[in-house]
Amino acid sequence: MESVGLGYLAAGIGAALTVIGAGLGIGKLAASAMEASGRQPEVAGQVRTSMIIAAALIEGATFFALAICIILATKG
Amino acid sequence: MNTTELTTTTTDSVHAAADTVVAASGHGGEENQFAQLLHHVFDSNEIEIPFVGHVHLPHFHPVEIFGIPFDFSITKHVVFLLLSALIICVVLALAARSNRRNVIPRGFGNFIEVFVVFIRDEIILPNMGTAGLRYLPYLLTTFFFILVMNLFGLIPYGASATGNVNVTAGLAIVAFFVIQASAIRAQGVKHYVTHLTGGVHWSLWIIMVPIELLGLFTKPFALCIRLFANMMGGHIVIVSLIGLIFIFKSFVIATLPASFVIGIGLLEMFVAFLQAYIFVMLTALFMGLGIQAAQEHGDGHGH
Repeated sequence: MESVGLGYLAAGIGAALTVIGAGLGIGKLAASAMEASGRQPEVAGQVRTSMIIAAALIEGATFFALAICIILATKG
Repeated sequence: MNTTELTTTTTDSVHAAADTVVAASGHGGEENQFAQLLHHVFDSNEIEIPFVGHVHLPHFHPVEIFGIPFDFSITKHVVFLLLSALIICVVLALAARSNRRNVIPRGFGNFIEVFVVFIRDEIILPNMGTAGLRYLPYLLTTFFFILVMNLFGLIPYGASATGNVNVTAGLAIVAFFVIQASAIRAQGVKHYVTHLTGGVHWSLWIIMVPIELLGLFTKPFALCIRLFANMMGGHIVIVSLIGLIFIFKSFVIATLPASFVIGIGLLEMFVAFLQAYIFVMLTALFMGLGIQAAQEHGDGHGH
């Protein structure tokens, strides 16, 4: 196994794990947001706003990992 | 921080990706076309103007200042950076003049006032209180600047300057200085430095101070990377979907990627607004942390 091939492999597996983490995190966030809006429909607007902010922050962390994967895929 | 390293690393790596794609195809082929498409996402020294064609932009020799080469040549992203700055200067000045003339805002001034009041009431006042209103001009400028730069990437022949890590690094560096300045102004220099120790016993300072310093730098760094990766990722997805049309070379199949591109384009418009809002909200949040720490100190000393 050459190191270049291992670099590509690592980038691919890293990207997949990143998406798993982001999907799980944002899915849990959306689930609790839905539950909260179902329980108390009058605060649904505020819940939606906070949900979008939290989703953007989680995605920010995801993109850190994605940037590292891109560096791996091209420099490895 | 290693922003310059990350900058050169990221831009080098994505350019290396494009180069490997071009080199992988011995002859011109689909890979060459894909690299040609990728050029729409990255920075380049020529700009494409509709009905005029490719315009070669001035390329200056790098200037050595203190041993660091500065390349001041005008590239595509610099053109859009300057264009966005010009547009927000003109448009916001027109809106301000309209709002100054009419006591009840009408028309375009009314539209801009929605954003101004939103940022003041939802972002600044909850996070920083009335002491933060002095930073309202900076936050509004940042918001409109990032928004216009993001939206430029969605129009044909346009490119978003925020898709360049150097631009977002510049925005994050300015945000870093404003956050520290607001903290020092609110707390005073002595309390600001003592906050870096974290209030632990002096024997732990040698561990605590580097961690706190690192924490000071990671927040703007996260701002930079979040904005850059969101914008670049969105454009790469759109370019890849359009590249599908070139791979299939069929009009019938082209409707599917085209519909995906429309969907992702709408998502990108939402992400443009959202990322500008998140940048400004997080900057206000970090500034508010400094101001709240100052108020705690003030109450603790029985003022």
